[in-house]
Amino acid sequence: MPSAPAAFENLLRELAPQVLGAVMRRFGDFAAAEDAVQEALLAAALQWPTDGVPDNPRGWLIHVAARRMTDQVRSDFARRQREAFLFLYEVADEAVEPAPDEDAGHDDTLALLFMCCHPALTTSSAIALTLRAVGGLTTAEIAHAFLVPEATLAQRISRAKQAIRDSRIAFELPGDGERAQRLAAVLHVLYLIFSEGYTSSAGGRLHRTELSDEAIRLTRVLHAMSPRDEEVAGLLALMLLTDARRPARLGCAGELVPLEQQDRTRWNQAAIREGVALVSAALTHGSVGPYQLQAAIAAVHDEAASSEETDWAQIHALYTVLLRLSDNPIVALNHAVAAAMAYGPQAGIELLDALDASGRLAGHHRLDAVRAHLLERSGDRTGAIACYLAAAARTASMPEREYLAIQAARLKAAR
Amino acid sequence: MKYMLMMHAPKEGWTTAGIGTWAPEDIKAHIAFMIGFNKKLQASGEFVDAQGLAGPEEAKSVRARKDGTPDTDGPFAESKEFLAGFWILDVENSARAVQIAAQISAAPGKGGVPLNMPIELRQVMSAPPSDL
Repeated sequence: MPSAPAAFENLLRELAPQVLGAVMRRFGDFAAAEDAVQEALLAAALQWPTDGVPDNPRGWLIHVAARRMTDQVRSDFARRQREAFLFLYEVADEAVEPAPDEDAGHDDTLALLFMCCHPALTTSSAIALTLRAVGGLTTAEIAHAFLVPEATLAQRISRAKQAIRDSRIAFELPGDGERAQRLAAVLHVLYLIFSEGYTSSAGGRLHRTELSDEAIRLTRVLHAMSPRDEEVAGLLALMLLTDARRPARLGCAGELVPLEQQDRTRWNQAAIREGVALVSAALTHGSVGPYQLQAAIAAVHDEAASSEETDWAQIHALYTVLLRLSDNPIVALNHAVAAAMAYGPQAGIELLDALDASGRLAGHHRLDAVRAHLLERSGDRTGAIACYLAAAARTASMPEREYLAIQAARLKAAR
Repeated sequence: MKYMLMMHAPKEGWTTAGIGTWAPEDIKAHIAFMIGFNKKLQASGEFVDAQGLAGPEEAKSVRARKDGTPDTDGPFAESKEFLAGFWILDVENSARAVQIAAQISAAPGKGGVPLNMPIELRQVMSAPPSDL
């Protein structure tokens, strides 16, 4: 709805998952419900700017979408079948009149998010479906952001819907026992959407930046609906604290600027304040989780006036706890970097050697990149050049390859 | 993750031993396979682009002279292989890219026998950089 004014657009995008959830809850058929809701949103975008927003906009949209479902049944079924179905649908149409309370809308949005991010779906399907059904983005917008043809993305979404149907993934809020695991899948999908937008500097940057904004918006919605869930708060804080550095992350030629060389006056202080407040509150409440710890680490970086003034011992301690929670080789790699920054390059190199010996990051460019960095700090220029070049040859990221090649060239020139 | 799959064909075979010597029904079966294969990739939501390239007979190599004007060379009779076509696909992981490459490699040739031609698989540099 690019022609609708921003206020309408925001309202519609906030209501879209609630409406879809309500229609889903009554009719069950996800694919048909999605089409019907798209048409209702289109009708709203056309009518509201001239007729004004109805008193109960959510109810209006649900009513129009439910009508549309009924029309669909009318045209889809043969006359004989039609009558029996019409009766059921018209009963449902009355039943679908929404309770005006906000909670029902929130529960529907949550149930939709849990369904779209179900662990049975492939990651790319879950991402596409979440952006479309919960985020309210058009297929064209999502295709543009991921630099694939619209037809391909449409196909991916339709296959995801089929997968939901086939695996009988229920549209419901998971019970207490299952909730933590299902929520972890939701947070992972939101985090991937954020990283996709945040880290890319390749073509179509503008559209990809919108992906990280969208991930933050959806995580805000999730946080508003489950304020007591510390990991949701942790993820939102992590996104805000990471996104705050975006203005300083690329140089004027579009090259990557590493954290220690970024112009910190360009960091977004409002986002940093919000992120710090969120993670501080989360950490004092309940159980500590990986997103809160990563947010805490980002907060330590963001609050330091320079790389030298960073409390690396604190970051090292946080990575030690994080490593205990999630035995992940990339976390182990960052732990080694923090050790080097806090206690000297040798401490980091020892941890790196242990990680190397475990073979868990064999052939991964980041192992070489970190080793190059630590060797440079320890004064081994020749070793550093070789590792920078090895990392450059292995990475699948263009800006990262350029950055690593420049580091090797810089050391060669300094000889 | 995006991958480019490049199909190389042996040049001497182009007219003397390759597709130029196949029976019409073999050629039709080959074309039908390729069209069907692309449709499958579109249906699976993995298709980004696919193009066949014109034959190497008209291939040129261009480089700028010192004054920036084009210096054209070619075609190159001596090269043994040429790029016949390529696909760009967006797949879940590298194992899936390998699987698709093997399926293309087994496209039917003369007498319907699988060609088992080499498919060069390269990752497109579209991965996000790590936070430095």
